[in-house]
Amino acid sequence: MLDVRGLTVRYGDLVAVDDLDLTADDGEVLCILGPSGCGKSTLLRAIAGLVLPDTGTVSLDDDVLDGLRPDQRRVGLMFQDHALFPHRTVADNVGFGPRMRGNPRAEIAERVREALTLVDLTGTEDRPVTALSGGEQQRVALARAIAARPRLLMLDEPLGSLDRALRDRLLTELPELLRQLGTTVLYVTHDQDEALALADRVAVMRQGRLEQVDTPDGLWRGPANAFVARFLGLEHLFAVEIADGVAATPLGEVPVDAPDGPAHLVLLLDALRLADEVRPRRADEIELDGEVVGRRFAGDHLRVRVRTRCGPELTVPVWRGRAPAIGEPITLALDPRATRLLPPDETEDETEDGPQEESQAASASGQSPHPQ
Amino acid sequence: MTDTAGTQRVAAGPAQRRGPAATAALLVVPVLFLGLFFVYPVATIVLTGLRPEGVLDLGAVWQVLSDPVVRRVAWFTVWQATVSTALTLALGLPGAYVLSRMRFRGRNVLRAAVTVPFVLPTVVVASAFLALLGPQSPVNSLLEGVFGAAAPTLDLRRTVTAILIAHAFFNYAVVVRTVGGLWALLDPRLEDAARVLGASRWQAFREVSLPLLRPAIASATAIVFLFTFTSFGVVLILGGPARATIEVEIHRATTQLLDLPLASVLALLQLIAVVTSLVVYGRLQRRTTQQPLVASERASRPARTRGERRFLRANLALMAGLLAAPLLVLAERSLSTAQGYGLTHYRALFSATADTILTVPPWLAIRNSITFAVAATVIALIVGGLAATAAVTGHGRVARFVDGALMVPLGTSAVTVGFGFLIALNRPPVDLRGSPLLIPLAQALIATPFVVRTLLPVLRSIDHRLREAAATLGATPRRIWREVDLPIVGRALLVAAGFSFAIAVGEFGATVFVARAQFPTMPVAIFRMLGRPGAANFGQAMAMSTILMVVTATALLLIDRLRVGQVGRF
Repeated sequence: MLDVRGLTVRYGDLVAVDDLDLTADDGEVLCILGPSGCGKSTLLRAIAGLVLPDTGTVSLDDDVLDGLRPDQRRVGLMFQDHALFPHRTVADNVGFGPRMRGNPRAEIAERVREALTLVDLTGTEDRPVTALSGGEQQRVALARAIAARPRLLMLDEPLGSLDRALRDRLLTELPELLRQLGTTVLYVTHDQDEALALADRVAVMRQGRLEQVDTPDGLWRGPANAFVARFLGLEHLFAVEIADGVAATPLGEVPVDAPDGPAHLVLLLDALRLADEVRPRRADEIELDGEVVGRRFAGDHLRVRVRTRCGPELTVPVWRGRAPAIGEPITLALDPRATRLLPPDETEDETEDGPQEESQAASASGQSPHPQ
Repeated sequence: MTDTAGTQRVAAGPAQRRGPAATAALLVVPVLFLGLFFVYPVATIVLTGLRPEGVLDLGAVWQVLSDPVVRRVAWFTVWQATVSTALTLALGLPGAYVLSRMRFRGRNVLRAAVTVPFVLPTVVVASAFLALLGPQSPVNSLLEGVFGAAAPTLDLRRTVTAILIAHAFFNYAVVVRTVGGLWALLDPRLEDAARVLGASRWQAFREVSLPLLRPAIASATAIVFLFTFTSFGVVLILGGPARATIEVEIHRATTQLLDLPLASVLALLQLIAVVTSLVVYGRLQRRTTQQPLVASERASRPARTRGERRFLRANLALMAGLLAAPLLVLAERSLSTAQGYGLTHYRALFSATADTILTVPPWLAIRNSITFAVAATVIALIVGGLAATAAVTGHGRVARFVDGALMVPLGTSAVTVGFGFLIALNRPPVDLRGSPLLIPLAQALIATPFVVRTLLPVLRSIDHRLREAAATLGATPRRIWREVDLPIVGRALLVAAGFSFAIAVGEFGATVFVARAQFPTMPVAIFRMLGRPGAANFGQAMAMSTILMVVTATALLLIDRLRVGQVGRF
């Protein structure tokens, strides 16, 4: 089990990782999701021992790693852009870890074969890594990390440099491969699709801190704050005032179970739909009349942009067969149960992240925003 | 029809093939210059060496080569070059790491500063080390201060140690720039990856960085070896008569023994060694460019562990002690007189000739130096500029030939050039015996390769579409050169001029052969002053060295402001 407590890494005045706590269970795939520059790579480097933390403790299976050199930690790190040794062959790259640990030649060869089999690259042993394609290099990098038999495998944006088709393919292969390994995995990415596809749990990171740690489903159902909601791609977010158990939104009144005051209301993915004769609006849903102002093709459905009569523009998914034309009047149904109350926005500015707001965030996210 | 042909030719622009005739026209001056002042003198050396009495006499050559003195000289030359190179690498590699991979305040300034020694005149460096390693040095005052009067007096003048340290001083920048340049491009995560996979710091360096740096290290090794192998001024002044390299021995054979055949055979030997190492170097260079590199934005990191900070401090101390101390002590010695600090030595330089060993007032040497250097700069710019233009406009094979041919004088030792001038240009068809013109010609010959090296990359980098655009807008080829090429090349020309001037003003190896007593240059004057006993002569030599150092440093600082090209990078 990986246990990170109170970890802080400063680069001069910049706090890259800020008093961060994190645990990952044995065999768990934990994704660290955050925008570039949020400190996620630094977190991995600190766990690997490549960066010295200013404060904090990292322990792995009850061994405290603090003060150990990177080569003493037995953790694996697969780098962004792979960092393969360009002057060595595939086998030399993959066998590097076992060789550094002083394994006999036969053992090294065995582990190389094993790791290459796992990533489906047998037969490439003697090729120079510079002659491989991007996808092959990515697999060699993974094999190299695996062959060292790390107690913890960390992957830093492993699919970042690959083209989309290759990424999608590896995204379907990777979960199976990681499960086969059974190692605890820390997977860093800025891509929510990747995180949601791979992770047992996702930790959303922002400016050196974890905003929320939850299962993918839990994230979608209950983003902890406006930042997480926006980062997941939930675009409908309104600043609201709560009075007497009702949040007044531009779309209408939504019943909530929260004390009076300012807050944010986010519409989850399934909050909005087209209300028509096939599925008319239910009594508990809010009716929104509007006009279609834009359509974007998104594969099996269209994302239709609607200017509501009450003001805000909303995007709603509509199946292709029922797509309305631009300019057509349209009626939407908003399900109040698919909305969540979030603590008031910290205005995206980290300097205002005070302890007071933090406690507010904690209490607000624990509350149900609507009567059960 | 003619119209179309004309348009095509113009659109192709001067950088495209302008036709062999145009290229040939551009090459007339460079070829004449090189032929007359390089090929002809060198051929004379070869002929004099092989046919001392006018007929081919390999027996005489063998006789010279089997002479135990010559053998000892040859052995010493190789030995000191090898040890100097090893010492320079040992000191320079950590320095390269510090300056390319560690981030600390003042790093960029320091990186520029460490290249200063490389471009200082050899005579200045030799003077500086005479001052630093002599008995009057502040080092000894320091020792005395620490250990009391009983402290041993350190005097390393006329020792091999002095030569080795001075060579390390000179070539430190070569290692730092050449190896550091590549090191800064190596992805630092490669070593990180190795560390995470279980490699210790040393293993990570040996297994990952060292193999990737090997081409640069080999390249630096070759060039430092070449420089120390052909080192002349430093060995002549610091080593004393007992420690002669081939260069010094050529000088001695010419000026003291008046044994021209011996000098010729030695020069021949030197030529063979130099050409061999140049070929090896060329091979290595070609491999360097083939090295696949991973550019990375954050190659340098601040020192974080105690060990790293200690390593950084140790290297900074070394740079201060090796590179800064000699120059500071040189300035200090130039101001030190029997009556405390003062400008006595400087005043003496500008007074009458009475108490000096020169036949003319010393300040004339300063004037001579600057006049000759300006003349040499003009010649080098014309020859080098034409050659570089020809190399860019000519066909691939012509370009490569011009590029290569102009590099040969760079490798050939200055002493060979000077000696060649002395024996070849003193009789018809080219009789310049005793003419002061020989001095700027020799200096220009040595400066020309630097001009070409500075101009070529810039000329090559001009986007030919700029010329095409100018052509479609109605500019004639001549106008294109004036409106497009010249403004872009202008800065590079200034840099080349500054470089040529710095090289010419400090040139010693060739100048000492051709400068007559009535036309001394600063380096020659310093050498003569150092050769005489007496505190006054020594003090004046220090003063003149300081002036020369300031003149050279000024020229180079001006170049640095222009920021074109990389000084000391090979």
